[in-house]
Amino acid sequence: MDARTDDLDRLEAEFQAKVDAEQRIEPKDWMPDRYRQTLIRQMSQHAHSEVVGMLPEGNWLTRAPSLKRKAILMAKIQDEGGHGLYLYSATETLGISRDEMFDQLHTGKAKYSTIFNYPTLTWADVGAIGWLVDGAAITNQIALCRCSYGPYARAMIRICKEESFHQRQGYEIMMTMAQGTKEQKEMAQDALNRWWWPTLMMFGPNDSNSANSAQSMKWKIKRQSNDELRQKFIDATVPQAEYLGLKIPDDELKWNEERGAYDFGEIDWDEFKAVVSGNGLCNRERLKARIDAHDGGKWVRDAALAYAAKKAARKAEAA
Amino acid sequence: MTDKDMLFDYLLRLGDNSLILGQRLAEWTGHTPMLEEDLALTNVGLDLIGQARMLLTYAGEVEGKGRDEDRLAFHRDTAEWRNLLLLEQPNGDFAKTMARQFFFDHFQYLQFEALSTSSDERLAGIAAKSLKEIAYHRRHSTDWILRLGDGTAESHEKMQTAIDELWGFVPEMFEMDATDEALLDAGIGIDVARLRPAWDAAVNAILAEATLARPEDSWSVRGSREGKHSEHLGYLLAEMQFLQRAYPDAKW
Amino acid sequence: MTKDTRDELPLYEVFIRSKNGLDHKHVGSLHASDSEMALTNARDVYTRRSEGVSIWVVKSTDIVASSPEDRGSFYEPSDDKLYRHPTFYDLPDEVGHM
Repeated sequence: MDARTDDLDRLEAEFQAKVDAEQRIEPKDWMPDRYRQTLIRQMSQHAHSEVVGMLPEGNWLTRAPSLKRKAILMAKIQDEGGHGLYLYSATETLGISRDEMFDQLHTGKAKYSTIFNYPTLTWADVGAIGWLVDGAAITNQIALCRCSYGPYARAMIRICKEESFHQRQGYEIMMTMAQGTKEQKEMAQDALNRWWWPTLMMFGPNDSNSANSAQSMKWKIKRQSNDELRQKFIDATVPQAEYLGLKIPDDELKWNEERGAYDFGEIDWDEFKAVVSGNGLCNRERLKARIDAHDGGKWVRDAALAYAAKKAARKAEAA
Repeated sequence: MTDKDMLFDYLLRLGDNSLILGQRLAEWTGHTPMLEEDLALTNVGLDLIGQARMLLTYAGEVEGKGRDEDRLAFHRDTAEWRNLLLLEQPNGDFAKTMARQFFFDHFQYLQFEALSTSSDERLAGIAAKSLKEIAYHRRHSTDWILRLGDGTAESHEKMQTAIDELWGFVPEMFEMDATDEALLDAGIGIDVARLRPAWDAAVNAILAEATLARPEDSWSVRGSREGKHSEHLGYLLAEMQFLQRAYPDAKW
Repeated sequence: MTKDTRDELPLYEVFIRSKNGLDHKHVGSLHASDSEMALTNARDVYTRRSEGVSIWVVKSTDIVASSPEDRGSFYEPSDDKLYRHPTFYDLPDEVGHM
């Protein structure tokens, strides 16, 4: 072992000791390169998910059925943009620019949550997204509020605080529809049928198949495993569905007295893989919308920079 | 028309302006040139929809036929809408959206400033509350006119084109009809024609600073106060009203 | 990280005073072409729930930060100056709150 490796080992041991002692890691602290890369991957994916996630709900913004619902949905989608921004901002502290992250998204190198590759077909989907998708996201995010990386944890705290209304507004839409006309009730059930399984997939592969999980847990980037979080979500959601009088599309779903938790059926991982690898109904559209917004907006950003430069030059001249 | 009918019509004009422009801005959500602008433009849209809700609710109460904000928003056809033609025009590119916003923000500020002293206390209250929001909208769109006008050659050209394309919609904002005159006499309404010099002064100065040319007054269109709209409004309403029209018995 | 990012809008750090009487606190960052845009963007991004009464924006590249390696020389020397803390002094209860 040469002196340099020795040094690295020492730094890494100190780093791990700090993490173990529940101390937060801050941007300028030494960190293993793999820790940095793992965070960049996870945080940028998280940011991309917020921003791409604006699109499926945005699809109903112009058709919201009341002015109140329109305002609420608009505020919610705006929050998602804000959350994307907080997360990009936190990721930038790791030494990657937002443009680089966009580039990775646009070239397919970076992923975003597969859930947003499903279409929103009726107004009930807006309810289902708030109730289920945001519910799952919140379950994940609460665990991340104690993440070892300071900027990520702080962004998550802010996001969790702001998102508390998102799930409630979704559930309220579902409640109104489940108690509404026959057609509305059918829409609500249909939305639950279509969004239930993709939502469970949001927690990622089973722990036994999750390669990155163990290391992320050790680094305290993740605080709870995929399966633990998924179970937590299901246990919280089943009674909510019962209250709505809607049926969760899983025949194997059953309360297990012994475990004190719900047993549930197997997720169709083939579908998950298919959607991840580009075969969801909306993969291409979602990505294209983001690329169009970014590339199509370049002349606007360029103009703003050019104007700022001119103004600075004028000011310098005047001084 | 009775006094009540006229006030109802007047409130619709104000509320419809806010709603139609808010609806147009909603179309940008998720598609603006940068994330920060998405949040900014949504804030403007949210303010406008908030104004529309207050104004349409009040309009419905004045009318006294049990129509609430949603009944008015989702169950009127094109001929019954009173929004300015400018506001229903499609978003186009970012320059066009900003030109539309810039023209209207400067107008709406002057309009609501005057309305904030209306003898109708409820209307005065809504105007006063909205005025702070509009001041911010005006700042936002003015900043973009300057940046795009005096930015790059490309942005300058796009901005000038947008100004030119929308210029003929400007005169309609300052039109006075019998309803306006009657409500002006009653101390409820305001003289929009008298707002024009202040609007011109502000807009001229900003266009000049942005190195943009003020277009010739070579054309103008009108008709919204009589419910005569461009073809674009029909599509906007078809989209906006779809659910309420398709499921008239449902509550959402 | 090879992509040319020279045409990216500069990064600004945002500090917000949530109410009078409190310090400005760092809340995050955003991109803007100049300080005016940074200020209005900060308003739109970071005060959507009336979280602030005053905003500061600073270009990120203008911030000078201490580095973690300085921690020893910067902060540890004060660790042994316990006499700077009120609990260092033992006063009888009869004196009351001081």
